[in-house]
Amino acid sequence: MLMGLRRSGKSSIASVVFHKMPPNETLFLESTTRIQKDSIHSFMDFQVWDFPGQLEYLEPSFDLENIFGSLGALVWVIDAQDDYLDSVARLNRTILTVQQYYPNINIEVFIHKVDGLSDEYRTDTFQDIVQLISDELSDAGYENAPVHYYLTSIYDYSVFEAFSKVIQKLIPNLSTLENLINTLANNCGFEKTYLFDVLSKIYIASDTRPVDMSCYEMCSDYIDVIVDISELYSWDHPDRKAKGEQNQEAESHVVLHDETMIHLMEMNKYLCLVSVIRNPESKSKKGLIDMNCRTFQEALNDVFSRSWEQEQEQEQV
Amino acid sequence: MDLRKKKRKVLLMGKSGSGKSSMRSIIFSNYVAKDVRRLGATIDVEHSHVKFMGNLTLNLWDCGGQDAFMETYLASQRGNIFSDVAVLIYVFDIESREVERDLDTYNAIINALKEYSPNAHVFCLVHKLDLIQAEHRQRIYDERSAMIRSRSEHFSIDTFGSSIWDQSLYKAWAGIVHKLIPNLTVIERFLHAFAKRVDAEEVILFERSTFLTVTSVSSEIGDMNPIYDRHERLSNIMKAFKHCAARNTHTTPASAGFVVMHTKTPQFNVFLGRFTDNTYIFLVVPPGEAAYNCAVLNTMLAREGFSKAATTGHGDGFPLPTVESPDGTNGAHD
Repeated sequence: MLMGLRRSGKSSIASVVFHKMPPNETLFLESTTRIQKDSIHSFMDFQVWDFPGQLEYLEPSFDLENIFGSLGALVWVIDAQDDYLDSVARLNRTILTVQQYYPNINIEVFIHKVDGLSDEYRTDTFQDIVQLISDELSDAGYENAPVHYYLTSIYDYSVFEAFSKVIQKLIPNLSTLENLINTLANNCGFEKTYLFDVLSKIYIASDTRPVDMSCYEMCSDYIDVIVDISELYSWDHPDRKAKGEQNQEAESHVVLHDETMIHLMEMNKYLCLVSVIRNPESKSKKGLIDMNCRTFQEALNDVFSRSWEQEQEQEQV
Repeated sequence: MDLRKKKRKVLLMGKSGSGKSSMRSIIFSNYVAKDVRRLGATIDVEHSHVKFMGNLTLNLWDCGGQDAFMETYLASQRGNIFSDVAVLIYVFDIESREVERDLDTYNAIINALKEYSPNAHVFCLVHKLDLIQAEHRQRIYDERSAMIRSRSEHFSIDTFGSSIWDQSLYKAWAGIVHKLIPNLTVIERFLHAFAKRVDAEEVILFERSTFLTVTSVSSEIGDMNPIYDRHERLSNIMKAFKHCAARNTHTTPASAGFVVMHTKTPQFNVFLGRFTDNTYIFLVVPPGEAAYNCAVLNTMLAREGFSKAATTGHGDGFPLPTVESPDGTNGAHD
């Protein structure tokens, strides 16, 4: 769920991340007046609720169970360019309520619109907000509340990055996935590997090496390139015939001017694996990499199908 | 002097603020669209030399468009500016409120051009189309280009609608450079023969630094592709990715580039690679792993044959002596 004061940028975030809207067009978005529920069907189904800022949900007339009952993560958006004290006070009240009744909800604070702030001012604001919230929480007796903070902006990749982290916490078998990716990356000599959701360009898992923003940018842009090119040449015509056997999943790689290689492999309908390879030795073993990725693909589909089956079983019980 | 080394004078004209320098910066100087806000007004004439395809140098005269400058171009500078022009690119601002006056100025320029370089090509770009609502775009553009045509005297002109925010800019400029490249028929003949041999649906040749489409050939099946603006879109896509790569590898966009790109999907296979020093070749073939690998191998061989022919022949990369190029590849094939 996305929450925050009015005009803090909630709907903009939802449109940019999930509907591929160019950031400069979000200026024309109207204010949201009712709860917008947006179902995302991807590797796992989840709903994004865009919650209008002016609604007073803490009033007793609101059904808290209805709002927070099935919630996995609450994203609170703070406009960093505005006076944020109001928003922080409201967030504190919300956290206290949520913590009291639903301690399992992850609370994610997006300090948003930081593109307009200078670097120095950015860190100041960040520390200030973190300080304000954690003071309030420890006063109320919650020392280790699950609250996380992110600096975001829709004009660069930070909002995708932040959303990736949010979604990752909701994936039941993230550690299994990470282990799998780590094994793959180590064996193939990848510098950095991401498992992307193609539609939203959120990465749902990566190897556990430190995140490098530039790698992420290149990988996510490369997905764009492949998706766009595919759009141009994937037309249907009865006369178009294949000339031989080929894998059903798309595979692509590019070598850049500085010999970096980016390797992309489609995993299933929603996911693709993108890796950055700098090690010259591993680059020559292209066939091996492909094979390893296929093995990974099988493992991945295993992990996901099993989790679905489990869920169904649980539902039946 | 080597005859095939060509220097072409290109005049870029239009009213002040119509977007001449903006589009020049995006196409030739690796600016991205939002960066052009930084550009100031052009004072007088800015000369620049752009190397294109190695042996073709575009001598670009970016002429500041304020009225005072326009008057000097037409009066005291007349002979200097309008002689030896290969191409005149005249930019119209679609949002202009004084359409009649713009056309009068344009007509005066055309008359001067007729006097000094009657054989020049004239291209008119109706620019900033993004500012018009999508549903009216085609109609307004058609009206405007009809008006421009009626004021162009005996010149047969080409008009393009363009905007720096989408691929239409690449379409317009690809059209322009297409007219300027010497020996284009040779290149095209070679590509035709090559495409047939590797059974490609489409072969496109891109210029290296600008990613403009130099030329392309497609098979009968490739021609059925319903997306007509695919070449411009590709230019746009690849250039955007080049910028991203440059940003993240800490180099300038000018020195960034691709060595090779392979893409295999269930519907098609694509290979992008360096062809000559100044071009990339983009090859679309139907699915089939073995056939694809063959096509890639053949492209490599063709490239070798090509450069060999070029070194033994006439020194520099592209335009080849007429017969050798198809032969060079024929030999390399089997």
